[in-house]
Amino acid sequence: MKLLTVARRTAWRFASSLPALFGVVIFTFVLMRLLPGDPAVFFASSPSAGKAEIEMIRKQMGLDRSIPEQLVRYLRDIGTGNLGRSMTTGQPVTNDLIRRLPASLELTVTALLIALTLALPAGIFAALRQNSLIDHAIRLLCTLGVCMPTFVSGLLFIFFFYYVLGWAPDPTGRIDIFLSAPPEITGLLLVDSAIAGNGEVFRAALHQLMLPASTMALFVLAPLARMTRASMLAVLTSDFIRTGESIGLSRRRIVLVYALRNALLPVLTITGIVFSTMLGANVLVEKVFSWPGVASYALDALLASDYAPVQGFVLLMASIFVMVNLTIDLLYGLADPRVSIE
Amino acid sequence: MIAANLRHIGYVLRGNRLTALAGICASLLVITALAAPWLVPFDPTASNVPRALQPPNATYWFGTDQLGRDIFSRVLVAARLDLMIAASAVSLSFVVGAMIGGACGYVGGRLDRWVGRFVDVLMAFPLFVLAMALVAALGNKVENIVYATAIINLPFYIRFARAEVNVRRNLGWVEAARASGNSHTRVVLRFLLPNVLPAMAVQISLNLGWAILNAAGLSFIGLGVRPPTPEWGIMVAEGARFITTGKWWLVAFPGLALMSAVLCFNLLGDGLRDILDPRTRT
Repeated sequence: MKLLTVARRTAWRFASSLPALFGVVIFTFVLMRLLPGDPAVFFASSPSAGKAEIEMIRKQMGLDRSIPEQLVRYLRDIGTGNLGRSMTTGQPVTNDLIRRLPASLELTVTALLIALTLALPAGIFAALRQNSLIDHAIRLLCTLGVCMPTFVSGLLFIFFFYYVLGWAPDPTGRIDIFLSAPPEITGLLLVDSAIAGNGEVFRAALHQLMLPASTMALFVLAPLARMTRASMLAVLTSDFIRTGESIGLSRRRIVLVYALRNALLPVLTITGIVFSTMLGANVLVEKVFSWPGVASYALDALLASDYAPVQGFVLLMASIFVMVNLTIDLLYGLADPRVSIE
Repeated sequence: MIAANLRHIGYVLRGNRLTALAGICASLLVITALAAPWLVPFDPTASNVPRALQPPNATYWFGTDQLGRDIFSRVLVAARLDLMIAASAVSLSFVVGAMIGGACGYVGGRLDRWVGRFVDVLMAFPLFVLAMALVAALGNKVENIVYATAIINLPFYIRFARAEVNVRRNLGWVEAARASGNSHTRVVLRFLLPNVLPAMAVQISLNLGWAILNAAGLSFIGLGVRPPTPEWGIMVAEGARFITTGKWWLVAFPGLALMSAVLCFNLLGDGLRDILDPRTRT
């Protein structure tokens, strides 16, 4: 019965996220129309290609059709996973993106985990000791963290941990160039090396990942910790907590079981927003640490006026974000059963 | 009347010292930005290669960069461009957002639904990525950084204005305004929007900090502002090459300037919001 509700809810939420996804595709299409330069000239074999050749390519690419017709073709292309070809790598954009996505995901997810493991306890602690020294210290740290641009904090981290202290490895790429990568299964270096049982590579990859992931985590610490604190404060003053105290439940049980679970919903909401910020911050962090992910790929392409990868990237990011929001919606149901009844 | 207002503001700020401090810092920042060309000790774009990469010292307070330009002068002058980009972007999205949101909240119906959908689509993009794509599409120029930053800020203002106008549109004084012969346009522009503005103004301060970060981020990745124009994001980008050899001052000072500007506006915005609506305090 419960499973059925969850399934129905999933289907319904997925269906209602489709218009936004469709809008994203249309928007990307319009952007592509706006992009400077004639794609046909870009794809011509050489800069000196003749008029006839360009005309032929234009016909091949369907650029001589009407706009609605082009839109239909574009939708069909996306449906079949064809995002065009990158001029700089000479590969289909879809392949490039798939090859580089694990690097970005590994970075973003690690950063989110770091941020959550720091922000949740910090927020809970600040709420339990409201207006104490620790509360103020946490608030100060959060306020500063959100003001620090990721590209500056990343570079300063490199200065301290690589140059001054020498703790961090050379801040370029995902793994030391002298180590060979484990056999690729998921593309996530940590997971792959763990599967292969290669401790050396695992440690090296983790080492390399720490600085960029912490940089990104620092930037999103504030919204998470603040929201946890605020919603914990709201829950801790409610009647059921007082009841729990009066029947003699331990403090620990009250805070971690009853209060936290009720305080989690707003935190989940903000996690979705935070994830979007992180997908954007990826661009900056990947550039600072020469991280071979999708964002740095799109950025290199953008600066080389190679627009197919940029479109593919924008589309990918928006789809990931829509999917993340969907997942969070479903998590609501787990965190708070009342949500799934509605 | 004005004196009474000022006295009231003074009273409120005495109870919110941090907000007052942030306000003072923000005003100082704006004044510095405006007066920067007359304050700087050196020409911010004049290179002096023999003096390249000097650490901070008595002559060059923030050190010199790879071309021997004085970083202190560059940081100061850059405030102008950075604040200008952020301020124009935020005011643009404020005005346009208030108009669109106000119209949606007042008229409702089909207009409201379509705009709502458009806003949903905008919000489905990670905003920095959207800004990047917009600059790519519109062309790699400073104006387009302003437009891109304005567009990604737009959804918040539209939603805000829409919600605020929507709850007020059937109130007694609005009906009175309409009954006394004001046209719909006039009701929205002269009665509803001014009523909503104070709440939106708080949003401006919070958005300014965010817009500065965004614009600096865009120029950090090489969009919009071109060297040798002094701008915080691009200065950090140029200094990034030297960080692994320990030349921290190229990155630290523009970064610090960026951070303190954002901090000022964020604290100011937070403080104003707390004063206006103590319930949202976190």
